[in-house]
Amino acid sequence: MTRRRRSPVLTALTGIVLIYSLIPLAWLVINATKTQDGLFTSFGLWFDDGRFALWENIRLTLTYDDGIFLRWLGNTVLYVVAGAGGATFLAVLAGYGLAKFDFPGRRAVFVTVIGAVAVPGTALAVPTFLMFSRLGLTNTPWSVIIPSLITPFGLYLMWTFAAEAIPDEIIEAARVDGASEARTFFTICVPMLAPGIVTVLLFSMVATWNNYFLPLIMLKDPDWYPLTVGLNAWNGQATTAGGTAVFHLVITGSLLTILPLLAAFLLLQRYWQSGLAAGSVKQ
Amino acid sequence: MPTLTRRRLIAAAAAAATVLALSACGDDDKADGGTSGAVSDADVQAALEKGGTLTVWAWEPTLKQVVEKFQQANPKVKINLVNAGTGNDQYTALQNAIAAGSGVPDVAQLEYYALPQFALAKSVTDLGRFSAGSLKDTFTPGPWTSVHSGDGIFGLPMDSGPMALFYNKEVFDKHGIAVPATWAEYLDAARKLHRADPKAYITSDTGDAGFTTSMIWQAGGKPYKVDGTNVTIDFSDPGATEFVNVWQTLISEKLLAPIAGWSDQWFQGISNGSIATLPTGAWMPANFTSSAPSGAGKWRVAPLPQWQAGAKASAENGGSSLAIPEKAADKTLAYAFLKYAAVGDGVQIRVDNGAFPATTAQLTSPAFLGDEFEYFGGQKANEIFAQSAQAVVPGWTYLPFQVYANSVFNDTVGKAYVSPTTLADGLKAWQDQSAKYGTEQGFTVK
Repeated sequence: MTRRRRSPVLTALTGIVLIYSLIPLAWLVINATKTQDGLFTSFGLWFDDGRFALWENIRLTLTYDDGIFLRWLGNTVLYVVAGAGGATFLAVLAGYGLAKFDFPGRRAVFVTVIGAVAVPGTALAVPTFLMFSRLGLTNTPWSVIIPSLITPFGLYLMWTFAAEAIPDEIIEAARVDGASEARTFFTICVPMLAPGIVTVLLFSMVATWNNYFLPLIMLKDPDWYPLTVGLNAWNGQATTAGGTAVFHLVITGSLLTILPLLAAFLLLQRYWQSGLAAGSVKQ
Repeated sequence: MPTLTRRRLIAAAAAAATVLALSACGDDDKADGGTSGAVSDADVQAALEKGGTLTVWAWEPTLKQVVEKFQQANPKVKINLVNAGTGNDQYTALQNAIAAGSGVPDVAQLEYYALPQFALAKSVTDLGRFSAGSLKDTFTPGPWTSVHSGDGIFGLPMDSGPMALFYNKEVFDKHGIAVPATWAEYLDAARKLHRADPKAYITSDTGDAGFTTSMIWQAGGKPYKVDGTNVTIDFSDPGATEFVNVWQTLISEKLLAPIAGWSDQWFQGISNGSIATLPTGAWMPANFTSSAPSGAGKWRVAPLPQWQAGAKASAENGGSSLAIPEKAADKTLAYAFLKYAAVGDGVQIRVDNGAFPATTAQLTSPAFLGDEFEYFGGQKANEIFAQSAQAVVPGWTYLPFQVYANSVFNDTVGKAYVSPTTLADGLKAWQDQSAKYGTEQGFTVK
């Protein structure tokens, strides 16, 4: 192993990037400790003198408007579990199938998937809305969950990952030993795919957790809002005649919103890291 | 209601939805439930007794109390009050629902500037057959004119926003500045204030369509003329020019705080005195109290500065109506709710919770006029607002596609605030872009 070289320039550049990416987070944490009034009277990147309202803010966030924040949190979890979970499951199945089975039309599927990656979800939102409206599904959780189930990018990722990570010989060996296709997939291939699955799961979790535009269009009833749309509704309250500005709750709510994602990343990152290294060394 | 600074994304969605809505209005849908004839008060009363469920899309906060009381008074009616977004967000949602033909609410809150767009597309019901015309004397002239489009009445006024000048007395006293009575004096005050304290600005403005049109309205300008599908847009008329002269000077001399309205920075400016005045609608006090509590006692209200010394002209800024979408399931019941909220017991409930009324009865009642505002140092501010409501310059019209026009305001006029483009050029660009859109939608635009 060669000795690591230190470059002051690189260290400084990395430092700048680090600070740049951490400032918004620091801002969020600092300002979550302020009262609504304190937000307006104190410096943005430091604490408000003598007033530490974080616990009070958290309590208010969880109880404001009859505790609707918790309902939004529950909705978001539902959309993530059903949407991102389902999306990952489908992507793994389809990716494996495309990578390991040869069938006519595979190229067509490949072209379709690559094309689908290029279409931004925002562009599909209005047509999707009209379609779901015809089906009578708008304003229901289904209108958020069903579109989330499709992730062309996740499918593509799983496909390439499966092609690289699972040697054909292993599948053949399993078949020779008499295992059914399902059993081969679940007991032999899925463990080998774990790093890829975690990566796709993380990607689709983040995408679903942060999804804003689709639920904004689909849902009208605040009872079905995910956190993103709900917090924006709180934010919009400030711009309403007679409405109360609750920026402190929006900020505290945003902080609470990113915590589960942080936790997910910290818990899953070791799987992800091993995934990044997969295929880097020739066996 | 204040006009909102909206994200581009939403603006784009709104534009897309408008296209959908306008194209969908071609569908000849007369599914009226067989009630296209006249509806009498007795029919409305019968609908109340029969009961049913209404979905109301509104963001106005005092409606919550109105709905509670309404349900108590009419136990067979169940109201589902939904905040489907504020302003533009809700219009987008409503247009989407109308285009899709499902999920349309029975009652929707529509700001006055947005009403003509929905009225023209026949997306909302003409209330003429409910004899809404007989309510003429109930409302002040400004809002009453605003719910009309052509020969029809497409909503009932819920609140209004006669304009006044809110100013920070503490800041004015500190720098020895007199309360401006004309816009020329306002300009002088802006200079004096900013010279005395470089951190302080007379007001903040980064381009706000609702504010700009209201100012032109007060100056007597009539940039929009609408006659059926014939539309004239002209921002070179004398009223607009008068506004441009003063406001361009404020922009050129950098006397306006570059802070977008309704942002946290804006409330910060109101709280700490770096924004010294707000020329805006009479609905503002509730927002002062709830959103900038630390400004309490410092602020006062004065009549809106005048374009001609000694004049008494005013304009409306914001304000909204309740309308019944054409696809509403039970229009008679919906109208019963409209009446309760806009002319019945609902009005007082809303006023008690801080809304500014559009009804003459409330505006002239001694209790209302005598109300002392703690936030304004005990001032009887409603007297000033009520006078302003009477002095609104008549004859103002919004475009039948004002929601779209406002969504492109920041791309056109907004440039004058951040680049060397002049306000006059910005307005010309706004005019051209509005006209282009209008033509595309089938209007004859001049």
